[in-house]
Amino acid sequence: MSIIYFLIGCSVLLALVFLGAFFWAQRTGQNDDLYTPSMRILLEDEQPEDKEK
Amino acid sequence: MTETIPAVKTNCYHCGDECETNLYIADDKQFCCQGCQNVYQILSGSGLCSYYQYNDHPGATRDKLDKRFEYLEEPSIINELLDFHDDHLSIITLYIPHIHCSSCLWLLEQLNRFNPGIHYARIDFLKKQLVVRFDHQKISLRGVVELLFDIGYEPLISLQDVIKKQQKTTKGNLVQRIAVAGFCFGNVMLLSFPEYLGLSAFEQTFRHFFGYVNLAFTLPVVFFSGREYFTSAWNNLRKKVLNIDFPLALGIAVLFIRTAAEVLTHNGAGFADTLCGLVFFLLVGKFVQHKTYHHISFERDYRSFFPVAVQILDKGIEKPLSLSELRPGHRILIRHNEIIPADAILLKGHALIDFSFVTGESVPVGKTLGEIIYAGGRQTSESIELEVIKPVSQSYLTQLWNNEAFTRKQDNRMRTFNETVSKYFTVILILIALSALLAWVFVDPRRGIDAFTAVLIVACPCALALSTPFTMSAALSIFDRNLFYLKNTAVVEQLAKIDTIVLDKTGTITTGNGRNAELQSQLSDEQVRLIYSACANSMHPLSRMICRYFGEQERLPVSYYSETPGQGITARIKGSELRIGSGKLLFGNYHESAEMTRVHLMIDGQYLGYFGFKHEYRPGMEQISALEPNYQLFLLSGDQDQEKRELIRYFGDSERMRFGQSPQQKLDFIANLQQQGKKVMMLGDGLNDSGALRQSDLGVAVTDNVNNFSPGSDAILDGRSFDKLPAFLRFSKDTVAIIHFSFLISLTYNIIGLSYAVTGKLSPLIAAVLMPLSTATIISFTTLATHFTAKRRKLL
Repeated sequence: MSIIYFLIGCSVLLALVFLGAFFWAQRTGQNDDLYTPSMRILLEDEQPEDKEK
Repeated sequence: MTETIPAVKTNCYHCGDECETNLYIADDKQFCCQGCQNVYQILSGSGLCSYYQYNDHPGATRDKLDKRFEYLEEPSIINELLDFHDDHLSIITLYIPHIHCSSCLWLLEQLNRFNPGIHYARIDFLKKQLVVRFDHQKISLRGVVELLFDIGYEPLISLQDVIKKQQKTTKGNLVQRIAVAGFCFGNVMLLSFPEYLGLSAFEQTFRHFFGYVNLAFTLPVVFFSGREYFTSAWNNLRKKVLNIDFPLALGIAVLFIRTAAEVLTHNGAGFADTLCGLVFFLLVGKFVQHKTYHHISFERDYRSFFPVAVQILDKGIEKPLSLSELRPGHRILIRHNEIIPADAILLKGHALIDFSFVTGESVPVGKTLGEIIYAGGRQTSESIELEVIKPVSQSYLTQLWNNEAFTRKQDNRMRTFNETVSKYFTVILILIALSALLAWVFVDPRRGIDAFTAVLIVACPCALALSTPFTMSAALSIFDRNLFYLKNTAVVEQLAKIDTIVLDKTGTITTGNGRNAELQSQLSDEQVRLIYSACANSMHPLSRMICRYFGEQERLPVSYYSETPGQGITARIKGSELRIGSGKLLFGNYHESAEMTRVHLMIDGQYLGYFGFKHEYRPGMEQISALEPNYQLFLLSGDQDQEKRELIRYFGDSERMRFGQSPQQKLDFIANLQQQGKKVMMLGDGLNDSGALRQSDLGVAVTDNVNNFSPGSDAILDGRSFDKLPAFLRFSKDTVAIIHFSFLISLTYNIIGLSYAVTGKLSPLIAAVLMPLSTATIISFTTLATHFTAKRRKLL
């Protein structure tokens, strides 16, 4: 049963990675505008020439 | 003689306005003006006509064609506007008021197809902001802005953009604290399950391990996520205020200490799950409370109305100068439709100034040479030259805004229900906890401590703290949907307590351009054409309304034309002499009837009658005057009392109407009402009301364009929803009732919990169940009840 120590360690670590990912998303402003993408997705790309980023 | 020209009017392909002429046609599409046609041609030239496929008539009509962006060449101004720049790259955030539909989004994000110098453009739709990243070696900032202007999206670059120092809101930080609390909450729940279900004998070794891990998880929750509750409680204590943060902080602290003590002494499982859940839910509640519908900015002040720079004349040469460098003595050049940024003396040209921003009155005022023109007016006629007599920071407008009486920190705002209740709540809570301690301490000291802490834990007013933000937030979104924008959630409660309503007249109960033209005359078709042709030359709003009244007519060539400001038009057309305007212009000396504004008509010395312009009141004035028994109504107007007779049917008593009020008098009037113990709501617009709006218990700015700057107010009401005001007032009362009821629910839960707690035998499981259960009940009750009452008030 001592495997449980290892498993809990793993799960906490994994959860921490997700928390870190969320922090990163928040810091880089990915959650700043939650409305516009919902409109953007409805527009068609006439020419696939996305130069973003 | 041709009869009236077809009744069917085509709409402009670009902006959807009615076309008054059929002069502008391109590709079989009709446009209302040159501006719209130009935009279409630019777009079709770049192959971007899909713009018109996403929405019908997505464009805005163009009232001006000349570009005035010379100031964007000034390095000092550029530096202040740019968010970021290095050798190649510049990034700027522009505010574009016209962004309103998916076509706008589509077009503006294709900016790189107009010019390769633009790398990237991104819209924030709700904030109406456009972020452009461009190579300033290939295209200048002025180039970018002119491009935007050319395609019909003129950015609003104002003095506020220069002064703005992006204060990062605490909201981002709050999200992070919620994330941490949620993360810990989830993990702690997982690790607490074995405890709930019971651990068998051979699993006992895990108990301590789980306990320590749980304790470790509570550390970030208490010291990172929950820290502000301690600081807030402490700050309030020092100010001798007991607000709701105090019992919350107490609850968190007790939970943490007891958990730590139990885990470290191996005496129990502690309340780590309750603690994490509590902080998590509280922060979510706080987030909901802070969530504002941010397509309206309440932070715009008078500076957002001013341009960044002004053209000055230096030894006969025109050059742009940043407004902050404008000094007395400078000669400035103000062109058609520009704002006068500082108090100045008129030196040259024919000034016709629209002071609607300051006074709300939209009819322009003529000024003669040598007269002082106060800042804030908009020139509606030709270019004028002025000499600045006061710097921007000391001009009339700025002083009005900065007036001490107007900016005084408000401490007479009403207390919210939450604040009132939490004071008593805290005292009672501590009394119960202490008596539980006293009752047990002599019998069993340990149990006494248990009971004491258990009371503080169970009674921690989580549901109470959540009921207000959730109800208010639901209410706020209902108001928002009905075009009534509140600054924050506390405003709903203030709205419910109002018993006196004070209305401004111009712009508030009358619409901005709201006058009905009424022709008191019999005119032949020929006469109509003559008058139309004369008025078509004038930019005066009354002339525009006369043109609109006649609709599309043939324009006859005008051989002589002169316009006397404040009086009217003299013109010669096809050999006929026309005089259109005030009685003074036509008859030399004439006593004007005070009832309504009149424009008299005379052709070849023959008096033909007049146009009467009646004020049009916003629909819904009847409903508002019907509020009378419950609410006292007052009218405060800066204008003279010409409309007294029309208005008396709404206000009943001429004592209720005050005319010719200065901004200071308006403020004093409100303060006087407040001293009589009235809770005053002020509805107004224009800067002349801003003092009164701030002084009142609830200041509502009424506007037809919510993206305009509005004076310091707690709420912004779109003119179209003016008639819903009674429903808003009733709904706010319902909302407060919902809060009271949800408070009762949360109190019931507290009493149930307390009955366990005072015995000192609070199991972690009960605490862990009770807390989320009460929270869920409160949230669902408030949301459903708000929705239901909104339906009943026909606001949904």
